[in-house]
Amino acid sequence: MANAPLLEVRDLKTRFSLRGSFLDRLRGREAGAVKAVDGVSFELRRGEVLGVVGESGSGKTTLGRTLLGLVAASEGSIKLEGSEIAGIGERRFRSLRRRLQIVFQDPHASLNPAMTIGASVGDPLTFHGVTSDPQAIRRSVAEALERVGLVPAAQFMDKYPGDLSGGQKQRAVLARAIILNPDLLIADEPVSMLDMSVRAKILELMMDLKDELDLTYVYITHDLATAKFLCDRIAIMYLGKIVELGPSKEIYENPRHPYTIALLKAIPEPDPTQSVPRDLPRGEVPDAVAPPLGCPFHPRCPQAFEVCGWESRDLRTLLEDRWTRLPEEEYEAERKLIGELGSLDATATVARLEAAPGHGGELALEVLERMRAEAPDDPFWRGVAETRVEARQVVVRFHEGLEPRDVEVGSTRLQCHLYDDEALAQAKQAAASRA
Amino acid sequence: MSGEAILSLRDLRVWYGTEGDPVRAVDGVSLEIRSGETLGLVGESGCGKSTLGRGVLGLLPESAAVAGQVRFRGRDLVGVPPKEMRALRGPELGLIFQEPMTRLDPLMTIEGHFLETLEAHEPELDGAEMRRRSLESLAGMGIPPTRFKQYPHEFSGGMRQRIMIALALVLNPKLVIADEPTTALDVIVEAQILGILADLRESFDTALLLITHNLGIVAESCNRVAVMYAGQIVEEGEARQVFAQPAHPYTRELLRSTISLSTTGLHYIPGAPPNLIDPPPACRFHPRCPNAMRVCAERDPIEVALGPRATEAGAGSHPRDRVSCWLHGPGSEVPPGGTEPLKRGEIAIAEEA
Repeated sequence: MANAPLLEVRDLKTRFSLRGSFLDRLRGREAGAVKAVDGVSFELRRGEVLGVVGESGSGKTTLGRTLLGLVAASEGSIKLEGSEIAGIGERRFRSLRRRLQIVFQDPHASLNPAMTIGASVGDPLTFHGVTSDPQAIRRSVAEALERVGLVPAAQFMDKYPGDLSGGQKQRAVLARAIILNPDLLIADEPVSMLDMSVRAKILELMMDLKDELDLTYVYITHDLATAKFLCDRIAIMYLGKIVELGPSKEIYENPRHPYTIALLKAIPEPDPTQSVPRDLPRGEVPDAVAPPLGCPFHPRCPQAFEVCGWESRDLRTLLEDRWTRLPEEEYEAERKLIGELGSLDATATVARLEAAPGHGGELALEVLERMRAEAPDDPFWRGVAETRVEARQVVVRFHEGLEPRDVEVGSTRLQCHLYDDEALAQAKQAAASRA
Repeated sequence: MSGEAILSLRDLRVWYGTEGDPVRAVDGVSLEIRSGETLGLVGESGCGKSTLGRGVLGLLPESAAVAGQVRFRGRDLVGVPPKEMRALRGPELGLIFQEPMTRLDPLMTIEGHFLETLEAHEPELDGAEMRRRSLESLAGMGIPPTRFKQYPHEFSGGMRQRIMIALALVLNPKLVIADEPTTALDVIVEAQILGILADLRESFDTALLLITHNLGIVAESCNRVAVMYAGQIVEEGEARQVFAQPAHPYTRELLRSTISLSTTGLHYIPGAPPNLIDPPPACRFHPRCPNAMRVCAERDPIEVALGPRATEAGAGSHPRDRVSCWLHGPGSEVPPGGTEPLKRGEIAIAEEA
């Protein structure tokens, strides 16, 4: 087969523009855009299974939809066997969809409840003008149903989705996806709505189909446990970026990015002899409308350091986290010393913490110093270059952050300053200047 | 270690569709939860887990019929009028559902939700005390006091689920029933919330019934587990014990089919749970059971006590650690030749889930 990869994605970006409020539009203000996919590059060889793994809001689903032209790419290139398919328009894309198919998470929503299984599975044949001969359609449908294990096919053809179990429905959806003999199948969380006892069956079926039909998969999931069985390579996504990409073996045996490590640690383990301590990252995936500065994972990262992109909002998180854990009286006492936290919400590398009305900034600074004394190892303090009182404010200036760039380590590619010599050198300098 | 029984079910039966052939979703379940316990109720979809939870809470649809006993703190809840049940839900019986988004009023602040709940059930509290209780409950779930006056849409999905749990706990219910509380959440947030649930029995004096299809979740957050198949409890025991040495073949097969990082090969249970209108005779699992013997297709299994406590029966007639499977006897009840392997045809894939 050709040496060229089946799919070649370069610096792909998918943005959704925000409508903003009515007032914003009156004032002619730009509402901005969400960078759902923010500069993603990878190659997919024929016959390969690539896992795209991340939490909600990571952009993994948008990436899958962009590859299929269901969402328009804003920038970058997607090449299918060398020819560009990004931005070619719906009409030309339609003929490509015979070669590119998708399976969604919810099998119940993927099948028309008023159509028989036979009609649903055979629909792509007529839609793409392959054949309109009822006999030929019936033969193809029967063959597809047999391939996915819905046998005897004749019995399933006249059933409605409501007569089928969740696993059987997902089999029917797979039958519809393979009936046109596609090259690439994008499977978006195909087993996450199914019972544990059924998941293995569907995964096994997918592997069989891949071998029998020479398929290439993009397996999109939040679950690294199922990806382990299916994928040759894994791409870990976080807020629109691929933060780690490498061979499965490497990702599972030697995860490098702190986010990958966190995802692996979060998987529930039924075997009491195998369970591991869960030192989970704090918080959740931030809002993609205003992503963190620098490394998008830095606010949750246990290993973040000087150059990871510390900013004003991180101080708010730290304060709120502390107040959540303080006894009531201590919280009330501290809260009285500090003003509204709204001033911290700016995306800025200098935080201005307001003192409470009638107070000077010194008392607020005392709070910060107490926080530091109580948890000196919190990564936050590595990011602080300087704190000083300015009138009724405490000004916290952070070290200059860096955008993570791709670095190659062994057989993986990742975006993490821990593995970037230049970032480490700059951090060292910053730490020295602070001392 | 564990205290008095908070909830005890005796021969609970719930069936739907009283016209024609009824669906026996819960078929003779006896179960006990003591104070300070977290009990995981596991099984595949369609085994009656959620119906059981709803039966305890009095939230079944009108087409459902209930028989048996649901003793909650000494009082039988079966047949209690809906109005009285409503008064019990909240202060006595807390509930946590799967989709937090749909359970919070988008036009009401978090403060509003808590005040409404407390005013409805503990009107004697003054405003300051209500606020103190609310903030304490929220802090326990990791929600900062500074966000008390915000609206539901200002929180992420995981935070909304924490708020729901805090809202259930603010009334100090004796028992919380959580039906798949983390299914809609991401892995890391799920793990965070499971950590919180596991701490529940230490920080609050609350018993928890956690309904889920994911055995990993039970292992992470429960101290006891009951396994349900086709409307019946087939095994119950201390969670670590059950997961380390499952007694019932169904439990063992469920564990093997749970995919985790330590899984070395894909495994599944052939076939699907039976329909509950006309379940298989004798042991309901026998058509799918790799260990099925002749007796399994002929006689109903008898519940036997398990483990070190086997001799010491529970509060009632039912032992706490138990299994209903002919592999565990009693041998005296097995007819001659009953332990021979069951001969049967292959299970067609068409029957599979």
